[in-house]
Amino acid sequence: MSADRYDALVIGAGMSGLAAGIRLAQFGRRVAVLERHALWGGLNSFYKRSGRRYDSGLHALTNFARPASKSAPLQRILRQLRLRFDDLGLGEQGTSEIRLGDLSLAFSNDFALFEEQVARAFPAERERFAGLVRAIRACDPFSVVDPSASGRAFLHEHLRDPDLVEALLLPLTWYGSAREDDVDAYQAVILFRSIFLEGLARPRGGIKPLLDLLVRRFREEGGELRTNDGVAEILCDTAGAARGVRLDSGGELLSDCIFSSAGYVETRALCGVSSGEADLGRLSFVETQRVLTRPSASIGAARTLLFFAESRRPAWRRPAEAVDVSSGVVACSDNYASNEILPHGLMRITCLADASAWRGLDPAVYERQKAQWEERMCASVARFTADPRPHTLAIDCFTPRTIVQYTGHLNGAVYGSPRKRLDGASGVHNVHLIGTDQGFVGVVGALMSGISMANRQAVVAS
Amino acid sequence: MNREEIILAIQDIIKTIAPDEDVSNLKTDVRLREQIELDSMDFLDIVMELRKRYGVQVPEEDYKELATLDGCVTYLAPRLAGKSLKVGV
Ligand SMILES: Cc1cc2nc3c(=O)[nH]c(=O)nc-3n(C[C@H](O)[C@H](O)[C@H](O)COP(=O)(O)OP(=O)(O)OC[C@H]3O[C@@H](n4cnc5c(N)ncnc54)[C@H](O)[C@@H]3O)c2cc1C
Repeated sequence: MSADRYDALVIGAGMSGLAAGIRLAQFGRRVAVLERHALWGGLNSFYKRSGRRYDSGLHALTNFARPASKSAPLQRILRQLRLRFDDLGLGEQGTSEIRLGDLSLAFSNDFALFEEQVARAFPAERERFAGLVRAIRACDPFSVVDPSASGRAFLHEHLRDPDLVEALLLPLTWYGSAREDDVDAYQAVILFRSIFLEGLARPRGGIKPLLDLLVRRFREEGGELRTNDGVAEILCDTAGAARGVRLDSGGELLSDCIFSSAGYVETRALCGVSSGEADLGRLSFVETQRVLTRPSASIGAARTLLFFAESRRPAWRRPAEAVDVSSGVVACSDNYASNEILPHGLMRITCLADASAWRGLDPAVYERQKAQWEERMCASVARFTADPRPHTLAIDCFTPRTIVQYTGHLNGAVYGSPRKRLDGASGVHNVHLIGTDQGFVGVVGALMSGISMANRQAVVAS
Repeated sequence: MNREEIILAIQDIIKTIAPDEDVSNLKTDVRLREQIELDSMDFLDIVMELRKRYGVQVPEEDYKELATLDGCVTYLAPRLAGKSLKVGV
């Protein structure tokens, strides 16, 4: 085989790209993962600022499951990637909370707590909620008939009280909906299981040790990880089938099997194919991390996660202003049970943002706007938990602009296109979508996506 | 490889994929998936390891032949003839 010919090329070294790369290498394929950025991890990466290491994004690893739960997604992923559960050093969440105005529902990795809380706040819904949970347990979200079916409608089929529907939708949308004011029904089932029925944990040391394990496994299997090596173009033959890529550096690599985690619209653009406006994601985030002088719990922020909304009818849409501070997520990384002593408290706040309000600003204006909104996010959160501002040691805040710059997702759309392609079809022959736009989000979802798409390809090719 | 060796080969592959499974008491005439928790993704790894360790290609339409250990022996015996057992790879 010539030096620049590969059995498979993977665009992006995020969770899905690394997982796909590992599987392809295990199948004996000559595979390279091509990443534009200097570091791997994509949306869930890490960086250093003023000598401190930050994780971009990691609130929680969903789908917590112990080794005995062999058919649980986390355990299946670990087996497929030949990683050991103990290597993750998972620390489970303490208690988390959903706050919808003055309504509060606590939950933890013990589902009985959530059932009790729902029964207390919505006594009339008790039986119907149990019916919903049975339906979710019985449903196979992987044999989806219509990926665009509405999750809101699904919840309303089982429940009558709209407040309960909204309370459930809050974490479901925050942890994985690319679609405004709704969540795909199959995604709602997956997310409900992964958040409430399975649970939340944090890997020891945050995201970096997990990424290190993935990169090491990929290399051990013989894969080639090329960072600072973005794909400028996917090359197609006259019949429109992909035959390789042209790199930002100008070089070319050949392969008739390309997996892309860049996103549906973004991948097609690399092939010179346009997409409809409706395929473009619209939801982005601003996230601030406040390193605290003291443990979060000691200042009164005792919840591991807090999903908050000031109104009982929160909006899940692109805000009219730069940031919508009326709703969001607060994650305190030091509130996970862990065998690791974190040196400081860490409070992370995430709110919806309008990417267009962050584009094309001069640096000074951008910094000012960021500082102003960061303050407002803290003030908003202070209505529901402790105010981090008096206890702050360091602040790092990122915006849609940062997400575009480091991951290439248009509009900084964290959950990608609102129209998912569960079959991985990009519309271009030989180009397969993985990750976010194949329809699986979050760390565990993206890993599963990379694995299953690579498996499918390996079976077809053999 | 003879029958015993083929069974050992499969047991060893399963141990690699699912290290905490006890493979020593597997019945040879009962479907593997009824005795240990193997899903279709794990099953793919049995096929993958057969190719890696022994150079045997199992096409998708033949996966069903590997459902039991007896099935594995019948299907793999001609394909593994003259090859030697590799365990603990
Ligand atoms: C603020 C925030 C918080 C989050 N919190 C959590 C959480 O707590 N738990 C959780 O499970 N999930 C969380 N997520 C979601 C999770 O990070 C993502 O769903 C998941 O990482 C997506 O992985 P992916 O592989 O699909 O895509 P990505 O991570 O986006 O990977 C795509 C990669 O492709 C690269 N790329 C793009 N174009 C090119 C090109 N042309 N050439 C080369 N490389 C290219 C990008 O640089 C990127 O590295 C969070 C995300 C954000 C932004």
